[in-house]
Amino acid sequence: MIKARIIVTLKNGVLDPQGKAIEGALGGLGFSGVGSVRQGKVFDVELEDSDRAKAEAALKEMCERLLANTVIEDYSIAIT
Amino acid sequence: MKSAVIQLPGLNRDRDMIAALTKISGKAPATVWQTETELPDVDLIVIPGGFSYGDYLRCGAIGARMPVMKAVAEKAAKGVMVMGVCNGFQILLEAGLLPGALMRNASLKFVCREVKLGVANANTAFTRGYAPGQIIRCPVAHHDGNYFADPETLARIESEGQVVFRYAEGTNPNGSVNDIAGIISEGGNVLGMMPHPENLIEAAHGGADGRALFEGLLGKAA
Repeated sequence: MIKARIIVTLKNGVLDPQGKAIEGALGGLGFSGVGSVRQGKVFDVELEDSDRAKAEAALKEMCERLLANTVIEDYSIAIT
Repeated sequence: MKSAVIQLPGLNRDRDMIAALTKISGKAPATVWQTETELPDVDLIVIPGGFSYGDYLRCGAIGARMPVMKAVAEKAAKGVMVMGVCNGFQILLEAGLLPGALMRNASLKFVCREVKLGVANANTAFTRGYAPGQIIRCPVAHHDGNYFADPETLARIESEGQVVFRYAEGTNPNGSVNDIAGIISEGGNVLGMMPHPENLIEAAHGGADGRALFEGLLGKAA
């Protein structure tokens, strides 16, 4: 079995109102010096296949076709 | 005009859309469930508003991958009129039938109110019932209506007249770039818009500014 972690984040230049709100809340809690916060998503995926190359190709396709909206989001895949 | 309304779990404006289409066209639309792989022979396909799949992952993301959407894409490619309102707009974007994306409202708040819409392009099958530049009233109700497109895409849709509705008179409720409220496809037969024209079609709604959209369509595809 292969386990992977996929991280989806907003592309640079795409405004992230939720990240901005979190940034403000951190400031409100007294955390000074927070330059910026960007919010993203994490998907932990377990694959039955143990072929690493096949898994990587499948995970990439999952990101392209569903997990990320590539108009506004980037993704990274880490097989653990 | 023969029409069909797509139904997915979590959509909740389908009944309003069915009522509007029935009243204005005189014929009840066919209803098509998400698992269908074929659509009836119709002039107009409508994806109504709501919260398909609970807005999980991204608004419209899961609905856009249901079998019926493949059939909708095939019909759209053949020139059949397709209209997505609110969540339906989000679904059309996620399905790649329209360019860009809809993000969380800049205010982070769900907005449910009336806005003013300017008709930015009256020379389309969907907006022919309006005068160029006409300002109409229309209700909105959404949490993710903040239209975004990369600069190249934005320049392209602006120069090609694909922006058909803009929030007017300072009523942009969500931070959409260029006040964009509704766009059409390059071919002109697919419309996506956040506001709900189906909710303003008769006196009992407090106005009928949305009616001309459906009547214009009817003239085209009657």
